[in-house]
Amino acid sequence: MGADQEQRTVRCLVAKVGLDGHDRGAHVISRAFRDAGFEVIYSGLHRAPEEIVQATVQEDVDVLGISILSGAHDTLVPKIIDGLEEYDASGDTLVLVGGIIPDEDEEQLKELGVAEVFGPGAPMQEMIDFVRENVPDRR
Amino acid sequence: MTDDLVEELLTGKHRALARVITKIENRQPGYREIVSRLHEHTGTADVIGITGSPGAGKSTLVDKMAATYRERGLTVGVIAIDPSSPFTGGAVLGDRIRMGSNVGDMDVFFRSMSARGSLGGLSTATTDAVKALDAFGKDKVIIETVGAGQNEIDIVKMADTVAVLVPPGSGDDVQMLKAGILEIADVFAVNKADLTGADRTVQELREMIQYRQGDVSVDAGHHGPGAGMEDLDKPGEDADGWLPPIVETVANRDEGVDEFLEALADHREYIVSAGRLAERERTRHREEIRTLLREDMSELLEEEIDHRGGLDRYVERVRERETDPYAVSDELLGPLAECVRRTREE
Ligand code: B12
Ligand SMILES: Nc1nc2c(ncn2[C@@H]2O[C@H](COP(=O)(O)OP(=O)(O)OP(=O)(O)O)[C@@H](O)[C@H]2O)c(=O)[nH]1
Ligand SMILES: [Mg+2]
Repeated sequence: MGADQEQRTVRCLVAKVGLDGHDRGAHVISRAFRDAGFEVIYSGLHRAPEEIVQATVQEDVDVLGISILSGAHDTLVPKIIDGLEEYDASGDTLVLVGGIIPDEDEEQLKELGVAEVFGPGAPMQEMIDFVRENVPDRR
Repeated sequence: MTDDLVEELLTGKHRALARVITKIENRQPGYREIVSRLHEHTGTADVIGITGSPGAGKSTLVDKMAATYRERGLTVGVIAIDPSSPFTGGAVLGDRIRMGSNVGDMDVFFRSMSARGSLGGLSTATTDAVKALDAFGKDKVIIETVGAGQNEIDIVKMADTVAVLVPPGSGDDVQMLKAGILEIADVFAVNKADLTGADRTVQELREMIQYRQGDVSVDAGHHGPGAGMEDLDKPGEDADGWLPPIVETVANRDEGVDEFLEALADHREYIVSAGRLAERERTRHREEIRTLLREDMSELLEEEIDHRGGLDRYVERVRERETDPYAVSDELLGPLAECVRRTREE
């Protein structure tokens, strides 16, 4: 294996933010992404939006997947996206939101820059394919 | 593009630092030039390696170390290495979960890295990522890796100071230490010192260190366990000039961290004053160059093999006894060797 042989791997941060303690979905997604060959960094529970921004920037992930089942997505997601902008990181990071998101909020999140929203029962393969097809090209 | 990135990194832009490390990890086109340009800006960071068995509390301790260094006004970079799952190439990198003490503080730059199925390449990538953090201006750079296997030991060995974490408990841990980790430890931390058996682990470590160093106190009369320990808790003089101190820590409660950092600082002072830092640097660069040469050379060879239609046809001919491995090696390398010799004579 030569020093110049490129080894590109999709990197994802799976993030739990705020007081939301539902972590089954985040674990399921982390494992599925790993099995799909992605590198997954799981934030752990109860993270502040600034922590998610810090992790996204430092880990330079291609994909930020925010898992929210608490209903607080309308305040937490904008905070994270603002933070990413502060570090010029929003442009080439694919932002996904999963969990319990009412249909009427979905549009709003997408206007903020969220690429897609996945709710309960979303097929795993669909999410993996979505990441593969939409992972930002950073060349 | 790479010009901008290096400049942005040098002016302290976190995003640029993160992107440089990504390019290093991916071996993306242009990464060599980037690392070459960074080299002259390196050499000021104090590089600390943290290793130990899985779950020993490495990440928890690193988190508390970082917080303590920050209180002292120092900036910190961390590279946490997690082995990757061999089947798919995917991995869940779990070290960051423990980074709870430095919320939103960008001056603690924490980066998770996986082996990506090739441990050899990982050591080059780690060396280069440490350079990026060093050039960025981090005062302390910490490398965390599980001490399982020679490759990971090689990675952590490039640190100026290596700390090995030993949790209390199974004699297995001590066995593992015997298999190569003891030799690289500059400092021992018996982490999870709140658990029963910590005293015993400290004791076992002391005995092992004494045994290894060819204990002087045996000749000087039997001290009993208590007396001998005194010397070993402090860096004492022996044939090598340094005895690894043993510090007890309770990382999740932030206990013993100051003492631990003190021991690391003592070691740092020792290697600087004894001129050993320069020696370590020489060794490190020697390794670095050799590794790079090996990798570059094998890449050139791969190119040549591809050009000739792949290795499989040679393999088949070897199997049919039409040729043999030595002859194949000569055939592939011959023209290269000839070319090198010709240029040398010119
Ligand atoms: C199990 C459960 C719990 C468990 C959680 C255990 C755990 N450790 O996770 C317990 C009992 C602890 C619990 C507690 C509570 N719960 Co509850 N809980 C549920 C329940 C029944 C299932 C959630 C679950 O685990 N699903 C299985 C996983 C695999 O699915 P998932 O998380 O939805 O993830 C899928 C997708 O959403 C998506 N996805 C999720 N995250 C991500 C991330 C990315 C990156 C991507 C791509 C996709 C993705 O992919 C996953 C796979 O398809 C839901 C109801 C429901 N049917 O959803 C309520 C529910 C989420 N809970 C609810 C509530 C209100 C609570 C409590 C406040 C109840 C209370 N009054 O005490 C507490 C709060 C606890 C806390 N601290 O947050 C409400 C939330 C209402 C809202 N948001 O408006 C729900 C919707 C029930 C309801 N209908 O009212 N709960
Ligand atoms: N009782 C006790 N538990 C601790 C101590 N330090 C860490 N832990 C716990 O030990 C567990 C593992 O800690 P980590 O910091 O993840 O250990 P690690 O060595 O980084 O683990 P890997 O990276 O997976 O090899 C966590 O649950 C910690 O909270 C300690 O001093 N005492
Ligand atoms: Mg760890």
